[in-house]
Amino acid sequence: MSLYHVQKLLYHLNKDAATRARFNSERTALLAEYALTDEERRAFAEADVGSLYTMGAHPLLLAPFAGRSGLKWPDYLAALKRARDRGAA
Amino acid sequence: MPLAFAAAAVHAPGITGRRETATEQQRAVFFEAYERLRACLEAARLDALVIVSAEHFTNFFMDNMPAFCFGLAEDYPGPAEDEPFLKIAKTRVPGAARLARALATAVSEEADIAHSQEIVLDHGFMVPLHLLTPRMELPIVPIVVNCLAAPRPALKRCYALGRALRRAVDARPERIGLLAAGGLSHWPAVPESGKLNVEWDRAFLEDFLAHRRDALTRYSEDEIERDAGPGGHEVRAWIVVSAATEGARGETLCFEPIPAYAVTGAIATMAV
Repeated sequence: MSLYHVQKLLYHLNKDAATRARFNSERTALLAEYALTDEERRAFAEADVGSLYTMGAHPLLLAPFAGRSGLKWPDYLAALKRARDRGAA
Repeated sequence: MPLAFAAAAVHAPGITGRRETATEQQRAVFFEAYERLRACLEAARLDALVIVSAEHFTNFFMDNMPAFCFGLAEDYPGPAEDEPFLKIAKTRVPGAARLARALATAVSEEADIAHSQEIVLDHGFMVPLHLLTPRMELPIVPIVVNCLAAPRPALKRCYALGRALRRAVDARPERIGLLAAGGLSHWPAVPESGKLNVEWDRAFLEDFLAHRRDALTRYSEDEIERDAGPGGHEVRAWIVVSAATEGARGETLCFEPIPAYAVTGAIATMAV
């Protein structure tokens, strides 16, 4: 687990246009610069907000990232709900 | 000059961003109350407004998270959010820089605070300002409280900050107002989004109005998280104002549950 680094990348993506541009143009290289596990890297690579949520990423970091990834608000909430229910099962 | 105005109000982004999603009756009650608050603020002929609001990962992250941060700048950009989200145009809000420095200096006698020349105002500040000072001409002193990343400042320390802030304000020649922006119970951006705990809100508001220090500061972090949601930690701003106005008669201007805005539309003033 490297929750701090997951959240740090989310924070940079939300705050910094250059990081966002690199997330789109050279995602693998950007992800390599953060101390992430393979599963965390996969979740970012696939913009899998549900998994990032169950890993513990703060929703106020996740919601803007989800919006920029093209997820509509009801779909964002549904993704979190599905991931939470999956974890509880 | 003693404190000339004190109030507290919720600051949810939906208030301006999705205004039309509340029912007509809810909007009538809530925005009429905000108008009355604006009339109170204008009647107080303030030189500056101190606004206490919550961190939302707008200014700080866990690499360096201050418990309390005073803005000391000449002006502040805002809102941080995109215009379509909040429906508030990007602007700059004037800062009461000299006053901010004097208040921060005086409060530092009693409390540990951080300060910053580069605070960006998010919905926490901009939603109330948009409704209360729409011309954005009144200079402000923003105070950002960590209501976000544990460990957060203990509720008792928020109360102590409020008392220290009052002493600092009363020693100044300016006519100063104080506004808490945030809370009460809410579950922002989580699967429970839109849930409210109206009974919790009502009990908290009564304690706020009556300056009941022991009651306001009795909650554990887990109790707030469970009963008032992750956004419930923002009651710290209200605790600062209740402490800063001890002895003053409180009045509720609005208490209207508005699920569409994901908060109870709570607005209160203190007769300072």
